[in-house]
Amino acid sequence: MVQAIVREEQQTKQEMKVLQNQPRENVYETNNLNLWYGDKHALKDINLNIQENNVTAIIGPSGCGKSTYLKTLNRMVELVPSVRTTGEINYRQRNILDKGYSVEELRTKVGMVFQKPNPFPKSIYDNIAYGPRIHGIKNKKVLDQIVEQSLRGAAIWDEVKDRLHDNAYGLSGGQQQRICIARCLAIEPDVILMDEPTSALDPISTLKVEELVQELKENYSIIIVTHNMQQAARISDKTAFFLNGEVIEFDATDKIFSNPSDKRTEDYVSGRFG
Amino acid sequence: MVVREKYEQELARVQQRLVDLCELAIHAFDRSVDVLLEKDAEKAWMLIEQDRFINRLEQHIQDDVLLIIAKQQPVATDLRRVMVLVKAASEMERIGDYAVSIAKETIRLGDAELVLPIEKIARMRVLAIKMLRDMLQAFITEDLMEAKVLAEMDDQIDELYGEALTELLAATHLQDGAESQLQQLSFVCKYIERAADHATNLAESLFYLVKGKHYAFD
Repeated sequence: MVQAIVREEQQTKQEMKVLQNQPRENVYETNNLNLWYGDKHALKDINLNIQENNVTAIIGPSGCGKSTYLKTLNRMVELVPSVRTTGEINYRQRNILDKGYSVEELRTKVGMVFQKPNPFPKSIYDNIAYGPRIHGIKNKKVLDQIVEQSLRGAAIWDEVKDRLHDNAYGLSGGQQQRICIARCLAIEPDVILMDEPTSALDPISTLKVEELVQELKENYSIIIVTHNMQQAARISDKTAFFLNGEVIEFDATDKIFSNPSDKRTEDYVSGRFG
Repeated sequence: MVVREKYEQELARVQQRLVDLCELAIHAFDRSVDVLLEKDAEKAWMLIEQDRFINRLEQHIQDDVLLIIAKQQPVATDLRRVMVLVKAASEMERIGDYAVSIAKETIRLGDAELVLPIEKIARMRVLAIKMLRDMLQAFITEDLMEAKVLAEMDDQIDELYGEALTELLAATHLQDGAESQLQQLSFVCKYIERAADHATNLAESLFYLVKGKHYAFD
């Protein structure tokens, strides 16, 4: 419950900032990040500051490096054997690419939702309680509370509250994806990374997830990779346009979709290539 | 590079409709002043009747753009372009309305001899028509330089308008019973002056389309 108190303090700080009209802090600061897969230079001199309590969308054609960038933010990219990086990614002022930075610690702060819903072949309850149990929470009452809060936070509580012990595989794709978001919320992260979270969902489920993202940004910082440009336009505050491993333009979403500065951004958002 | 062929085709069709609308409206406006000078009430009625074609074209443009937005979801310059098409159609539809108003004044004037030469009206008309025609061309080719030069022509028309009004006001004291005719002629001057303002608005819309920022030329 220490986590809950810390979160409450953070929330109060955030509210104070809004009241005092202070600029939001950067949750991530990326400085001159380069990444290679073997010989392939996949990310080139990336400099991006991502603000807290914002939805940041990353758009760009296939192979532009947007998913690679997302996966460096929680160091998942390290799973690729031939990967090599230079530069730094500061998460809350600490460089996560430093050898001494613990991946386990990072991933308790940074949750991830993938393209295809990937619940565990367990009950809905166990899916959500999985993370907290790993963190040593055994008290059933506390777990019950976390499960309910997380499912409510992911806007799926009402749909599953009567069948928490059913297998999560029995749910629809859209429900499974919200279960995965709830599973992510259960560890009380600071940041949620989303890699095309609605590309496998039907339009109604997509809208539900989009609405959920709007609610979640009150308490979390969200970075979302999406192929759906209208989705980026609808839900994000800022948008980064990647092309061939470079950030071509990073600006307020309103600007990117109404009057972008770079011709290549304009061509991409207008559907002229990609 | 993908050109979005279907989108471009749909857009080209709306652009052609706008050109048709503009040509009809400018022609009607030009004719309305002829009709006034010739005091031809019959042709004035025809002009009033024909305005519905212009109105219908404007509605078609609105419907077409609505469908383009719904189906093609244009953004950035593409979105500004279709928005500006709707705005330009509504500006040009107004030119048609002025033609109707001038035609109505012609009918009201009847056979009465004009109490003073309307040389200023004729000059204003020539300028306004040139401004509208050339502005349409600049708008279609998205020629900002030309649009700016044309927008500045509005000053000359405003100046002529001021002179024409002064003349008309001075004439009220000269002729008994001519007040209503002079008032009608001053309305006609106002319609021509307003028509030129709409050409200026078209230039502003064009700047917004190309630059993404609002400009004012008045």
